[in-house]
Amino acid sequence: MDNKFIPLNFLQLGKKAKVKVLTSDGTIRRRMLDLGLISDTEVEALQKSPSGDPIAYHIRGAVIALRSEEASKILVEAL
Amino acid sequence: MGLTSQSTGASVLGSELKVERITPDDKVIALAGNPNVGKSTVFNSLTGLNQHTGNWPGKTVNNAQGKYTHKDKNFIMVDIPGTYSLMANSVEEEIARDFVCFGKPDATVVVADATCLERNLNLVLQTLEITDKVVVCVNLIDEAKRKKININFAELSKRLGVPVIPTNARSNKGLKELMDTVYEIANKHIATNPIDITYDAAIEQAVKMLQTKIWELVDGKINNRWVALKLLDGDPTLLKSLDKYLGFNLLNNVELLALLDTAKKHLTDSGIQPEYLRDKIVSRLVRIAEDISSDTVTFENKQYNRMDRKIDSILTSRIFGIPIMLGLLAGVFWLTIAGANVPSAMLADFLFGIEDKLTEFFMWAGSPEWLHGILILGIYRTLAWVVSVMLPPMAIFFPLFTLLEDLGYLPRVAFNLDNFFKKACAHGKQALSMCMGFGCNAAGVIGCRIIDSPRERLIATLTNVFVPCNGRFPTLIAIGTIFIGGTVGGAFQSATSTLALTGIVLLGILMTLLVSRILSMTILKGIPSSFTLELPPYRKPQIGRIIVRSVLDRTLFVLGRAVVIAAPAGLVIWIMANIMVGDISLLTHAANFLDPFGKLLGMDGYIMMAFVLGLPANEIVVPIMIMSYMASGSMLELEELEDLRQLFVSHGWTWLTGVCVMLFSLMHFPCGTTLWTIRKETQSMKWTLASFAIPTAAGIIVCFVVANAVRLLGLV
Repeated sequence: MDNKFIPLNFLQLGKKAKVKVLTSDGTIRRRMLDLGLISDTEVEALQKSPSGDPIAYHIRGAVIALRSEEASKILVEAL
Repeated sequence: MGLTSQSTGASVLGSELKVERITPDDKVIALAGNPNVGKSTVFNSLTGLNQHTGNWPGKTVNNAQGKYTHKDKNFIMVDIPGTYSLMANSVEEEIARDFVCFGKPDATVVVADATCLERNLNLVLQTLEITDKVVVCVNLIDEAKRKKININFAELSKRLGVPVIPTNARSNKGLKELMDTVYEIANKHIATNPIDITYDAAIEQAVKMLQTKIWELVDGKINNRWVALKLLDGDPTLLKSLDKYLGFNLLNNVELLALLDTAKKHLTDSGIQPEYLRDKIVSRLVRIAEDISSDTVTFENKQYNRMDRKIDSILTSRIFGIPIMLGLLAGVFWLTIAGANVPSAMLADFLFGIEDKLTEFFMWAGSPEWLHGILILGIYRTLAWVVSVMLPPMAIFFPLFTLLEDLGYLPRVAFNLDNFFKKACAHGKQALSMCMGFGCNAAGVIGCRIIDSPRERLIATLTNVFVPCNGRFPTLIAIGTIFIGGTVGGAFQSATSTLALTGIVLLGILMTLLVSRILSMTILKGIPSSFTLELPPYRKPQIGRIIVRSVLDRTLFVLGRAVVIAAPAGLVIWIMANIMVGDISLLTHAANFLDPFGKLLGMDGYIMMAFVLGLPANEIVVPIMIMSYMASGSMLELEELEDLRQLFVSHGWTWLTGVCVMLFSLMHFPCGTTLWTIRKETQSMKWTLASFAIPTAAGIIVCFVVANAVRLLGLV
């Protein structure tokens, strides 16, 4: 795996990144695709919930909260 | 563990595809759309009150139906579940896809959010792959205008190849045009020319290999290109639905099976592994949506959602998130309690004034004593109490709760609480089905369908009753106000009642989490499955609509149920109180029998009986208590709320009794409707019994511990 890529849940709040690899499979992978998380999609980390997990992301005009389990399976390149 | 597909809800499909037309000429319209795009507002505005279901949040996990007439034609509108996709990744998506595909609607309206068009186009494109009779309704255009988002609707319609109607359903803007266009499409007055969605060459070639054969087999009943794509994708849920719809298994055809093998091999040879076909298909749709959106939507203000982010950063912040949530909850209760006192007293004055007049009338008419007893002292007096104790708090509480819902606050509650649910090994969406439970536990149980994992759905179903529903809030508010608050009295009365109520609700949430955790460690072992939660933009609430909806759908619904069930119950109890067996009445016999058990739990026999007799509906628990106490001797003239307290006190109530009644009201068996719903949803008697036993056991244990601890410590 390329070192430039980090799991999405490690992306700093307020920072943007581009989706590079989805490491999930099955239903989770399909869900992520349905959200529009295809390769090179821009995402922004917006807001943590009070306990730090889940985190809300800006994805294609919508605000979506992902638990760390899912977000860690989305590798992104920080912009 | 009985987690077969039959027992966990997949079998709820199928029967829901049937739509009853009144005349053969009636048109069936499917209403599709992403969640949170105002689909229900479109549905409500078009069908008015001609609906089959109430307006609980999340009600459209099922297909709701409503009717409207336009240009002398009847239209039956079917509100299908809000989904992001029709790829059948969840039960909702399966129901939605099955209706669009096999429900044979005369037109499908896809509602899209003008403030988030790109992502909504995904569903539009997927619908266009199935059918060409589509009208796209771009809703919330006022919201978009405020955020300075401009949409070129003519260009959008040209690109999609189907009519696009801008609407703002909240203010009825564009709905006439929408109905006109639906009319035209459903009657085939205008033809559409949907956008060509073409995939990689290899996929297209594979599709072509299958298309002709499928066309022969399905006889033009379904779009064969779409079926070919799904066969290549190997979607098992579609095959199942297809079987049911066609009456035969498509893949029993040897020739088609052979063709499918060749086509799949062609894909593999071209470098598309089977597991990546879905990636290719979805990516293509997302790219097309991106293209269309970038050509038709312009953002004048790049920071259009800054306000929402600011609000979120406060309402879900690490420090303030949870305290604000609790504060809002307490605020709602305080307004309800403080605001309901005066109108409650006024209503009581008024209604008991009528009672006096009625009594005078009975005297004048010389009617027998027993008739006056049954009608006035039995039925009328109980009803008068139900109305004056329950109506004012409900008329304040429900609109306030609906207001929070309408503002878009509930998904933030789920966001704030998700980690707790994760730690309880439950699904994040359980926070949402729990919130629905505050409305109605039966609705909350149906709402559990949004949870895909059978294990987590069962946990959510079994624990839903731990949050108090509409029917129990009046009980909790009444006891909390006239008892706990009343014991303190003076300036702190409202504040104490508010605290008691907030505490009870918090306890309900804690019990939900605790029992979920216990269940997932014992009989329903497993790890939490994935979930995503959308935080939709905050919306300007529609005050008028909120009041109308919450009064019609909730207040009157709950009150109506209480009145309808309390009246005959009043009769039964009056009779029980007046039939003597030996020296004492039947009622007292029953209460005496239950009394030792009731005392053990800090209550008494009459209270226990009220809960048992209240099985049909929680609304009538307090009325039954009032009635039994009044019938059992000390006939009080109840003139104001304080008298109600006196009535209870004269029957040995202390603040501990109040607390135990509130605890037991929070934790006891679900009402009849909810039990019946659980039986239907789980298809299992065993789980229904479990849903009865778990909260009851919890209630008995908690009340026992609290009552005896307080007594041991000598606090009462």
